Amino acid sequence: MNETTTFADSAGATARPRGNRPVLEVEKLRVEFPTRKGTLRAVDDISFHIDEGEVLGVVGESGAGKSMTGTAIIGLLEPPGRIAGGEVRLEGERIDNLPYEKMRRYRGARIGMVFQDPLTSLNPLYTVGFHLTETIRTHSDLSEKQARQRALDLLSEVGIPAPERRIDQYPHQFSGGMRQRVVVALALCANPRLIIADEPTTALDVSIQAQIIRLLQRLCREHGASVMLITHDMGVIAETADRVAVMYAGRIAEVGPVQEVVKNAQHPYTEGLMGAIPTIGGTHEDLVQIKGSMPRLTQIPSGCAFHPRCPKAFDRCRRERPELMPAGRSEAACWLHDPAEKGRRRGNG
Amino acid sequence: MAEVAAPQGPVATGETLLSVRDLGKTFDVSAPFLNRVLQGQPRVHLTAVDDVSFDIPRGSTFSLVGESGCGKSTVARLVVGLYRPSQGRVEFEGTDLARIQTRRQMAPLRRKWAMIFQDPYASLNPRWRVADIVAEPIRYHGLLSGGQAIRTRVGELLELVGLSALDGEKYPHEFSGGQRQRISIARALASEPDFIVCDEPTSALDVSVQAQILNLMKRLQRELGLTYLFISHDLAVVYHISDYVGVMYLGRLVEWSDARLLFSNPRHPYTRMLLDAIPDLEMSGRARTPVGGEVPSPIAPPAGCHFNPRCPFADERCRSETPMALKVGVGEVRCHAVEEGRLPEPESA
Amino acid sequence: MSVVSSLPGRRGADMLRRAWDSDIAYSFRQSKVTMVAAAVTLVYFVFALFAPWIAPHDPYDLSSVSLMDSFMPPVWEEGGDPRFLLGSDDQGRGILSTIIYGSRISLAVGFASVIFAAVLGVTLGLIAGYAGGAVDAFIMRVAEVQLSFPAILIALLIDGVARGVLGNEAQGDIAYFVIILSIGLSFWVQYARTVRGSCMVEKNKEYVQAARVIGVRPALVVFRHVLPNVLGPVLVIATITLALAIITEATLSFLGVGVPPTSPSLGTMIRIGNDFLFSGEWWITIFPGVALAVLVLAVNLLGDWLRDALNPKLR
Repeated sequence: MNETTTFADSAGATARPRGNRPVLEVEKLRVEFPTRKGTLRAVDDISFHIDEGEVLGVVGESGAGKSMTGTAIIGLLEPPGRIAGGEVRLEGERIDNLPYEKMRRYRGARIGMVFQDPLTSLNPLYTVGFHLTETIRTHSDLSEKQARQRALDLLSEVGIPAPERRIDQYPHQFSGGMRQRVVVALALCANPRLIIADEPTTALDVSIQAQIIRLLQRLCREHGASVMLITHDMGVIAETADRVAVMYAGRIAEVGPVQEVVKNAQHPYTEGLMGAIPTIGGTHEDLVQIKGSMPRLTQIPSGCAFHPRCPKAFDRCRRERPELMPAGRSEAACWLHDPAEKGRRRGNG
Repeated sequence: MAEVAAPQGPVATGETLLSVRDLGKTFDVSAPFLNRVLQGQPRVHLTAVDDVSFDIPRGSTFSLVGESGCGKSTVARLVVGLYRPSQGRVEFEGTDLARIQTRRQMAPLRRKWAMIFQDPYASLNPRWRVADIVAEPIRYHGLLSGGQAIRTRVGELLELVGLSALDGEKYPHEFSGGQRQRISIARALASEPDFIVCDEPTSALDVSVQAQILNLMKRLQRELGLTYLFISHDLAVVYHISDYVGVMYLGRLVEWSDARLLFSNPRHPYTRMLLDAIPDLEMSGRARTPVGGEVPSPIAPPAGCHFNPRCPFADERCRSETPMALKVGVGEVRCHAVEEGRLPEPESA
Repeated sequence: MSVVSSLPGRRGADMLRRAWDSDIAYSFRQSKVTMVAAAVTLVYFVFALFAPWIAPHDPYDLSSVSLMDSFMPPVWEEGGDPRFLLGSDDQGRGILSTIIYGSRISLAVGFASVIFAAVLGVTLGLIAGYAGGAVDAFIMRVAEVQLSFPAILIALLIDGVARGVLGNEAQGDIAYFVIILSIGLSFWVQYARTVRGSCMVEKNKEYVQAARVIGVRPALVVFRHVLPNVLGPVLVIATITLALAIITEATLSFLGVGVPPTSPSLGTMIRIGNDFLFSGEWWITIFPGVALAVLVLAVNLLGDWLRDALNPKLR
């Protein structure tokens, strides 16, 4: 792909070297929803980082707070939801307390977004070309003509055939897969450093899903963008992500290299989750079952939120909340991995 | 859960419970009469299901997979009589359903099948108590008389699916998605059916809940000798639960076979493409043939084999002549390339 | 898996507590305007229901009315009579008593015509929405034709036809039915259109299909499954049309084609007073007018609140 020829000056080289400085750092982020029945904590003191050029997968079941984390980072929490604590830093700069206007300019320019439903992320009244040129011109000083050229390049880059014809069409004239390609192009408009993709393939058919994942992966590599990939589909994460964070009840249960988390889960929840996924070629025997269901936000259990469902829970899990601690090559928020606990158990047994 | 390590596979006696022959369904999707006259538009027909034939042996699970718009849900609705077939017939225990004229004659048959739907939030009447929802088939078919008898039976059914008999007093909105799906299953079992049509019963659920529901469905099949027609777009789920699998594309059943055989040795190029497209938890890094294109509009499907525009093996014959079902092993394939033997063997073993 | 629900004995209290906790009750408690509107409406209801015990005298009882008492000003004006707090009209009927009795008629006619319109509209809407096709097209075209005429015109037309058929002497009780019929017939369209829309959404929901899989007859599916789920919007329309129906009744009475003049409603009084407005007897028309405006406003506010409270998007 011949990309960024017209835009290279504003965004730097084609592919950035992969460094160690984190692009995104999230520290003790807390998101709360005041309701008349009390304050609900949707995201509870979570910390993670995304390195340059890295794809961080965030998985979890509905209600785990994974989408909420994404929307909090880009400052699009729906009121009355609000960030109640913690910090979000983009390339070292704090962005969680920016004024609305400034954050609006950062969105798109420095953080790109891809949402689940391509139909709602595009305004049906405007052509695809208008969406693209508008975004490009908001974030750069290109002329109308240059912006259009850039839009055409982007469309062909995301694999839309005959971009010259398609650019003046409306979103409804595109199929679901093609629309999601447009959204990806839109996210890449200003060569952002970070792309937050919230369930980007969930609304798509399997064959289209594979195309979009491949596209997202390739483009981020070429543009040197980091990705926060939020999804409930472990398969998508396994194929795409470098590292993965598993969320449960507003907390990170486990975070580590994707291979490790999938094959050598350290947190009992991750273990259960992996066993619950049916695989092709696997046995036909019963799937691993985690008893019970995800707690509602109104009644998060004490201590480790997973303890009522955990087969390995012991007394401490009910009382104290575990923070992330080293566990194998990953980190897990589980008392089983507390060195003191290990020693005590060995002593007892 | 029951620990019965029953051998997988059909308890089948070889007796056919449901037989579908040359089934077809066409929908009239024309504009309203007045618009047609004024704007001179012709009638438009959509062939949702085209010439589909398969048998389901008693006690087994037959799954239909395919992407959205392939007609799999329409087949499910034709089988349970929500739609009338435009062509072909559905035979249940040897009785041709189209020959039954009156509601009264149909009633004893209707209680032998049931249906479970996809959306646990839409499939239960929000204004009814759970006990009334579960009891509706019992009351309608007059299977039990007397409030106490019905209450007891409803309690048994709720406990059978892992809920409490006291849950009958509540309304659907008080339950989580997984619990609602259990209520749907309890209701489906109320008339003691032999056959249950499951239309994407787990696609709206989280993986851990999906595992619970799949395990429950398998346990009920073992204990009650149920026969399932299972509709899904998730190949891993289908592999896990099925004895036989049929793959649909644009209204046609392009291939069906024994589940393990179909997944280990797919014949039809579309089946191969689908299997190739699933994100892989194993991260084997297998080389994949990228699939281009999207599913064409079902209103004007391509001539000949519907898959020909996306098929790497298509030739002149595929573009003009509709392939007939060809017996291969236990199953059938509709592909000229398979028939002529010009299809390479799949790479994976 | 599931929490044990309440014991059967506590069910009544439980339901009360749940009703108090419900979102609708909450939004009611949050809105002062709504509470005032509800209180005002309640006052009218109480007055209407217990008119014979609350009103100082019965203005419909000709024996208790004396022409000697006509054109009494309100009690605080010069020449006022304590028997007629708000004064009296040209025939010596107390304005206050007539307002109380008049609200009774206004509310009764309003309710009756709203119920009539709702039953008709909901039924036709359900039939149109569930059956679809030609039946739907026919019902909705009729509705659209009717919608293109103002409601008051329809009411006048029906009223005129009824009078033509029954003769002008068919006053008395028939007059009430005629006016209920004519108001009802002019408002059914809104119900039909809303219900048809909701019905078309609901009938494709899976719980309706689940009932059809069992083989439940279409009429029963509509009655048991669809109807309870489309009633929310109907309630809102009913409240808003109640206000409209009261106004329409007043308008018809004002035009002299409404309820019989021997038992005046608010509209009749406004018309009577209108003749004397410029000769200084302002109270005959102003007080019933204010009473009518307050009643309609209160009912309308309730309707607005109900619409918002039942709309999950605005919550």
